[in-house]
Amino acid sequence: MATYKAPLRDMRFVLYELHNGAALAQLPGLEDMTPELIDPVIEEAAKVCEEVLLPLNRSGDEEGCRLENGVVRTPKGFIEAYRLFREGGWTGIACDPAFGGQGVSHSANALVEEMICSSNLSFGLYPGLTHGAYKALYTHGSAALKERYLPKLVDGIWSGTMCLTEPQCGTDLGLSRTKAVPQDDGSYRLTGTKIFISAGEHDLTENIIHLVLARLPDAPKGIKGISLFLVPKFLVNEDGSIGARNGVSCGAIEHKMGIKASATCVINFDDATGWLVGEPHKGMRAMFTMMNEERLAVGLQGLGLAEASYQGAVAYARERLQGRSLSGTKYPEKSADPIIVHPDIRRMLLTMRSTAEGCRALGGWVAQAVDVQNHTSDPKAKRDAEDFIALMTPIVKALFTDLGFEATNLGIQVMGGHGYIREHGMEQYIRDARIAQIYEGTNGIQALDLVGRKLGAHMGRYLRQFFHPVAAFITTHADDKALERYVDPLTKAFVRLQQATGQLARVGLSRPEEAGAAASEYLRLFGLVALAYQWARMAEVSLTKLEEKTGEDDFYRAKLSTASYFMDKVLPQTGSLFASIMAGGATLTEFPEAAF
Amino acid sequence: MKVLVAVKRVIDYNVRVRVRADGSGVETANVKFSMNPFDEIAVEEAVRLKEAGATAEIIVVSIGPAQAQETLRSALAMGADRAILIQTEDAVEPLAVAKLLTAVARREGVELAIIGKQAIDDDANQTGQMLAALLDWPQGTFASKLVLEDGRAVVTREIDGGLETVSLALPAVITTDLRLNAPRYASLPNIMKAKKKPLDILTPADFGVDVSPRLVTLKVEAPRQRKAGVKVADAAQLFDKLKHEAKVI
Repeated sequence: MATYKAPLRDMRFVLYELHNGAALAQLPGLEDMTPELIDPVIEEAAKVCEEVLLPLNRSGDEEGCRLENGVVRTPKGFIEAYRLFREGGWTGIACDPAFGGQGVSHSANALVEEMICSSNLSFGLYPGLTHGAYKALYTHGSAALKERYLPKLVDGIWSGTMCLTEPQCGTDLGLSRTKAVPQDDGSYRLTGTKIFISAGEHDLTENIIHLVLARLPDAPKGIKGISLFLVPKFLVNEDGSIGARNGVSCGAIEHKMGIKASATCVINFDDATGWLVGEPHKGMRAMFTMMNEERLAVGLQGLGLAEASYQGAVAYARERLQGRSLSGTKYPEKSADPIIVHPDIRRMLLTMRSTAEGCRALGGWVAQAVDVQNHTSDPKAKRDAEDFIALMTPIVKALFTDLGFEATNLGIQVMGGHGYIREHGMEQYIRDARIAQIYEGTNGIQALDLVGRKLGAHMGRYLRQFFHPVAAFITTHADDKALERYVDPLTKAFVRLQQATGQLARVGLSRPEEAGAAASEYLRLFGLVALAYQWARMAEVSLTKLEEKTGEDDFYRAKLSTASYFMDKVLPQTGSLFASIMAGGATLTEFPEAAF
Repeated sequence: MKVLVAVKRVIDYNVRVRVRADGSGVETANVKFSMNPFDEIAVEEAVRLKEAGATAEIIVVSIGPAQAQETLRSALAMGADRAILIQTEDAVEPLAVAKLLTAVARREGVELAIIGKQAIDDDANQTGQMLAALLDWPQGTFASKLVLEDGRAVVTREIDGGLETVSLALPAVITTDLRLNAPRYASLPNIMKAKKKPLDILTPADFGVDVSPRLVTLKVEAPRQRKAGVKVADAAQLFDKLKHEAKVI
């Protein structure tokens, strides 16, 4: 039986104490987002996640989805849970109140999303995909399309999908073949096959709204000839009621390693009626609006699973009695000491913990920038926030999901054979975590995005949004004896990052393959430095709080200890990453292809 | 018809309660608080009555510190219409609470009071009964079912060895037991709306009620830790121990 309690105390720490989230209520449109409102929201979300979604996680994994006569059946209990979730208003949490949404800040919503991912990732994908479709339509759709479809998507009575991948095209969407033929009435007829469509067909909602990438007859070749279309499963009548079945069908569902309760579908479009979203041939732009936000959301999946796995591993390590502590018996009254006394178990638990808390802190920083981007009226602040988000999106996506996968792997190791068998749910976490490294752009693609698009953009302008605050923090605390233990290692790693960035800038322009060869290691190096900065800041806040004698000494001391662990035992990885980056990519590029 | 529901802010049922080192009470600093679970059931029952059209307004009342506003907001998020906090930093005892609720019930002209059968902090199980006495209303305690019909409240009560059904003339006091209902999750829109619902803050003095304690707590201590058992060699030794050590036979 999985143990998971939403880490509300740490979430409040990140939101209010580390990132001063209370100040967000000063932004236009977020006036209500005070702690008095956010606290009950995240508390109620925690209840729903722990009591409704978590109990369906393992049963959903065991049962999976079934395709019966073209209809996908979700696992037992999902329909009821979705109804409760929808009626609770959670599908519209971060949507515009103009379309019936609740307008909750992105930074508070990110905490709720993390809890959903910890409790039941498969379930979360259904409303998650709907939100992606909402976002693309909200940003690029015509007023008529928005009026007709958005309120139902926000309400959750209809759901959404994003149809990108085709059998011959995954990462390279320029290869897509799905065709759209204009009709006299302004609609289009779409024909083609899309694969790997999450929530493509299911029994949770009365209609499914597909956002589909396709080519118009006059489209230029490649990526510049892709347009975005809205294609509903059922056509919608003038009065908004459900009409005839559209030419959309589910050909098959995939049998996969994890997220088994999420229906991953082959969707066939046969002369299906659709409508253009945005401008012709500008589909990729519209898609990227959705994609960037989704990438941040996928990062949270890695974080959520790391947290869930950590909690399971700690509970087990406290109870499992095996052997005696190397420094002498700790629990003489018991038949053996609990395994939590052993240094190697602690190494694994603290690695998991520093991953979860570090990623939560870093994710919170980025989430807050999203709120500023969406709400500020100050053009300079808006551009800074956009630059920062552009830079950090590939890092959040790839770093969180890679570390999340590693954490769930450690979670199994802590539990030994009991982690490997299905009963305790620990092996599900690793299977569920694996996909997050792949979808919404593989982590290799994220690294190329960081190195190829983000570093050099506007003469390195994006980088400043990260480098400047870190450099300023280091300068401010240069002589701070109390923080030395955290600032020194951060400084050392930051210098490595600056040097590696310089190296990539020098060789990357003339020899792009060098940048490509270093990209993944560079992203990890960047990510670890970003986590180190967050840990140093968390240490700073914790020391202040201890001085203020808030009465929560245990909480803040544990923060300091985890920060120390991260600096001593995780951050040194930047040394080997740095060495590998500086060694160049010749061993990769010059290896003869025939010799593989 | 107006319904009054009383809610108490108590240490959350998930918290492992610790006794203060000086024995003066339990540790309350940096401990999670939430609504008394029996009161949550009372709120849920009132909201169901309202959804069924049996009541026009639900007034939720709490007596306690400023933070009890959070508890009242939770009740408003579940569907109560407005809230009254009678703010006091002192520890309040059942009789004082019953007197204050009596005053609120009279002032607001309510015809039904639904409250938890007891609060999980002190487990007094007295307030509802005292309230009924002070108001001189009939009471249906430990309710596992409540039906309003023909101006009466038909209450199924959980008693030792079975269920008892009583029919009460309104106005009446009902205290809730665990099986009366399963409280709902507050919906997100209702949580947002709760912030804008009226919440009046008054003091015991506004009602002319003296809340000063009548009871003196001498000492609070944790239950004694259970000791490990011992193995006995044979029945004779067991008999000996029972007779001479435990002195039970």
